[in-house]
Amino acid sequence: MKIRVLVRPKAGILDPQGEAVKNALPALGFEGVHTVHVGRLVEMEVESADEVDAMCRRLLSNPTIEEYEWEVIG
Amino acid sequence: MRIGVTVFPGSNCDRDALYGVERAGAEAVELWHADADLKGVDAVIVPGGFSYGDYLRPGAIARFANIMDPLEEFAKDGGPILGVCNGFQVLTEAHLLPGALLRNTNMRFICDRVHVRVETVDTLWTAGCDPGEELTLPVAHNEGNYFADPETLSRLEEEGRVVLRYLENPNGSANDIAGVCNENRNVVGIMPHPERVSDPALGSDEGLRILRSVLVGAGV
Repeated sequence: MKIRVLVRPKAGILDPQGEAVKNALPALGFEGVHTVHVGRLVEMEVESADEVDAMCRRLLSNPTIEEYEWEVIG
Repeated sequence: MRIGVTVFPGSNCDRDALYGVERAGAEAVELWHADADLKGVDAVIVPGGFSYGDYLRPGAIARFANIMDPLEEFAKDGGPILGVCNGFQVLTEAHLLPGALLRNTNMRFICDRVHVRVETVDTLWTAGCDPGEELTLPVAHNEGNYFADPETLSRLEEEGRVVLRYLENPNGSANDIAGVCNENRNVVGIMPHPERVSDPALGSDEGLRILRSVLVGAGV
């Protein structure tokens, strides 16, 4: 079973990577970009999805600063 | 007194910490990450570096190393633990300290000397300092930007658990925080590197103010 996990900075938490990308886009001529947030994509193959949520909470994300969502993709 | 220094793959301040411990007048003991054994030490330093290549997040993988189980027990029993830089990140990931360390706001690796003020001498790692004492210490980090939610921050302030505070904030840290301690005040995490200034030959030995404190704190 294939799982895709998306981890992103919690809303309202300073995201220096997103800020840097946002500031870089106009330099390349891309206008009208209001916000950019940079997160992390984790794809894995597992035998069962039972423990994916625990994996997300304990390792794949840091709940103090990040939120996550996951889905079965195959 | 015997002070252990944990060594993870990618630790790079462990040798400096071992040296600093001996300069402080204690016996230095290496603690290998794969051994679930603190070798009976009286205090532990989790040193700086890039444990496990900072993969995923700084400290995220180190937090599950074998050495961490006895370390967490040691923390619960009131044992003195100091996390420096990556060690601070490891201790937040292990929930031995509150908050997290985010990327520096300027998105740059900062390698510099900073001025910090000792905000409390009521911890095992600042017991030998003077209240309000100012120290000049090296920093070298990419993720030193201390973050905690507003409730945690105000609790840290009310309970006097901000240990070191930057006089000029280099990295965007909330409330200029350079170091905090846990509720029992035995676990301390700081971004500056006292072990890198533990000998006048290195330009300064001001770091010994911190490293020697644990001897005072433990009544040695």
